[in-house]
Amino acid sequence: MRFAITTELIRPDALHSEVRGDGDGAIVTFSGVVRNHSGDLATDHLVYEAYPEMAERKMAEIGDEVKQRWPIGDIAIVHRVGRVEVGEISVVIAVASPHRAEAFEACSYAIDRLKESVPIWKKEVGPDGHYWTEVPAGAAAVD
Amino acid sequence: MNLRVLFFAACREITGTRELEIEVADGSNVGDLRRDLGERFPALKRMGSALSAAVNADYCRDSVVLVEGDEVSFLPPVSGG
Repeated sequence: MRFAITTELIRPDALHSEVRGDGDGAIVTFSGVVRNHSGDLATDHLVYEAYPEMAERKMAEIGDEVKQRWPIGDIAIVHRVGRVEVGEISVVIAVASPHRAEAFEACSYAIDRLKESVPIWKKEVGPDGHYWTEVPAGAAAVD
Repeated sequence: MNLRVLFFAACREITGTRELEIEVADGSNVGDLRRDLGERFPALKRMGSALSAAVNADYCRDSVVLVEGDEVSFLPPVSGG
């Protein structure tokens, strides 16, 4: 199991190899990718920031939860921080298991949980300015 | 007692720093520190209960009593993925 925050480009094929064991018949990888818009606003790039120690701990807890709920083999979660361009990968989750059904379910569950509980924040940067998502408009105005 | 208080993302921009050392009265809890910080940084106060508290890198309630050297943070709503 590996759970990491990184400033480097993430390579899904590397994680794929990392989680695979000889008893596995399926590997599901999810890649979150930066798109060029958010709602009606154009996105030039994103900037991610994390509370690294806590983020890695919360991702490890998700790994433990997943292993308790599904009979999977290995799982890895790696999330990028810093500036991430359109088309680049922000997060990869790789799950290996003997059969495909549990790998799909576990991977889907893991990304949902990550979005709920892992302390990582995304700033949208576009031609109309920049803002942290999920922060109520105006609330974060600096006095 | 002294605490290390960490700020991330919108909170880091509001306070202008990633980390502050803050002295609070012995026996203070997380809610007391939240109120102190709200007075010092009105923009943090406006974010109110949207900020989740964490002590030593784990989520916690405002009723948790702090001890010397704790690492405390108030986290904006997360948006990873």
